[in-house]
Amino acid sequence: MPDQAEPAKSAPDLPDTATLLRRNPIRLLAIGLVLAATAASFAYVGGFLTPQRLSPNHFIDAMETAAGGPHAGFRRAHAKGICFAGHFVGSPQARGLSSAAVFASGQSVSVSGRFAEAAPDPFAKDSSEAVRSMALRLQPAGAPEWRMAINDTPGLHVSTPRAFYENVVASTPDPATGKPDPAKMQAYLARHPETVAFLARMKARLLASGFADDSYNSVDGFLFVAPDGARRLVRWTMQAEEPFATLAPAVRDAKPANYMFDDLLARIAKGPVRWRMIATLAQPGDPNRAAEVWPADRQRIDMGELTIDRVESEATGNCQDINFDPLVLPPGVAPSDDPIPFARSAVYSVSFRRRTSEHKAPSAVANESAGARS
Amino acid sequence: MIRPAHRFNLLARLLHWTMAALVLAMLFIGIGMVSTISPRYHALVSIHKSIGIVILVLVAIRLINRLISPPPPLPADLPASQKLAAKLSHWVLYLLMFALPLVGWAMLSAAGYPIVVFGSLHLPPILPHDAAVFAILRTTHTVLALLLFATFLAHLGAALFHALIRRDEVLPSMV
Repeated sequence: MPDQAEPAKSAPDLPDTATLLRRNPIRLLAIGLVLAATAASFAYVGGFLTPQRLSPNHFIDAMETAAGGPHAGFRRAHAKGICFAGHFVGSPQARGLSSAAVFASGQSVSVSGRFAEAAPDPFAKDSSEAVRSMALRLQPAGAPEWRMAINDTPGLHVSTPRAFYENVVASTPDPATGKPDPAKMQAYLARHPETVAFLARMKARLLASGFADDSYNSVDGFLFVAPDGARRLVRWTMQAEEPFATLAPAVRDAKPANYMFDDLLARIAKGPVRWRMIATLAQPGDPNRAAEVWPADRQRIDMGELTIDRVESEATGNCQDINFDPLVLPPGVAPSDDPIPFARSAVYSVSFRRRTSEHKAPSAVANESAGARS
Repeated sequence: MIRPAHRFNLLARLLHWTMAALVLAMLFIGIGMVSTISPRYHALVSIHKSIGIVILVLVAIRLINRLISPPPPLPADLPASQKLAAKLSHWVLYLLMFALPLVGWAMLSAAGYPIVVFGSLHLPPILPHDAAVFAILRTTHTVLALLLFATFLAHLGAALFHALIRRDEVLPSMV
């Protein structure tokens, strides 16, 4: 510390503050510089001096713009959904792969979650939707919970948050035409062959007839941490046990706007629906990039069974006010070096913050429920 | 020993400088984590929660210490307006050092998140799950954090004014 000297001597006959400041211009300037530098560092770390740096707010702004404006109170993506409840029972082989409490022997783990369509429009027609999702919250008694948000797509269309953002921007409707500019999307696709490959996989796949016979993929890579500490890179799938069916496009188009939800309510009214959780183990060298599919011969391990026995509309269900942040992980599961989940966690939290501060209109599927009483 | 009667006691000085580092780190971690989508995001959020709880515990100890052992008086010739500003800003700092961790904890509770600190320690929620309450607390957390940063800058500026321009006993009483 400089100038610790003579506190006692200087005290008695100090002139007034204005005179003091006038007599010490250099010191006053130095103090000003220290304060300005501190404030500038704060602004820099907060991204205020680097507007080109991608922040979660930029992300949500871009998604809202691409959607033609925010839908107040709704999730900024996967907006149209319905809540569900059920349970999960882990398999013996799962316990060798991950020490997560959800796999513990003899436990029926309480599960809640949400089925949704990926689009940002909460009132979209189901027949116009090509991507469905399952969000889960697994809450073992007396142990940390696990949240996941998984999609029925063969991987993701991008491997980096930056590419995701560029794709959103390229898909944004031109204010003049009300439609995305094809040239912008072409330019994006020329730079992102991984998206081209993804679109080809999407075209080749058969779309499940509904939520119940659909299967959902973690898309991202995570690490399972075994009781002996071994860490393995995995992806997983909730594999439908329900017989798979697909609908001809003409049949889909003729269906009511909420047919996926109506069908699910009718199906659950008849009894529980089940999925097997199947983990796929990466081999050394497999790309931990969400847009890249691993070879089909990778070892697959049955981790347990998910049973859903109740569905309920968002307003009264248990999922509306939950952020299915994919990094809410229990001991036994850890993030990998796949960059997407980190960005999802950051961006979801902005979506959650915005929608919880808004007044929400009733969901497309409101006041409906079916299945066991929770 | 120089002027022992006019120094803060050892615990107060230790807490002051430790918390100065922690609070400043928290402000930068906080503004940094909400502006990034990089893998640092997750690590920063985890650290932010842990340091927040440490600050809450330390500020409680510090307040008790301050009540038991009052701080040395301000310089006798300090203008009354500056004395008032000093007293007020110190109580604002105390208030914010309590409020920010508590609002943070409460907001995570209201959001229905698990609250994990130091990697594996789960704290209980201090509010029931309520999204509307979360929204208010989340905004409150940001506003209070910006207020804390502004108060910190004023505090730093005043400390430097005492040390470099008045060259009085204020800074020596805290070192």
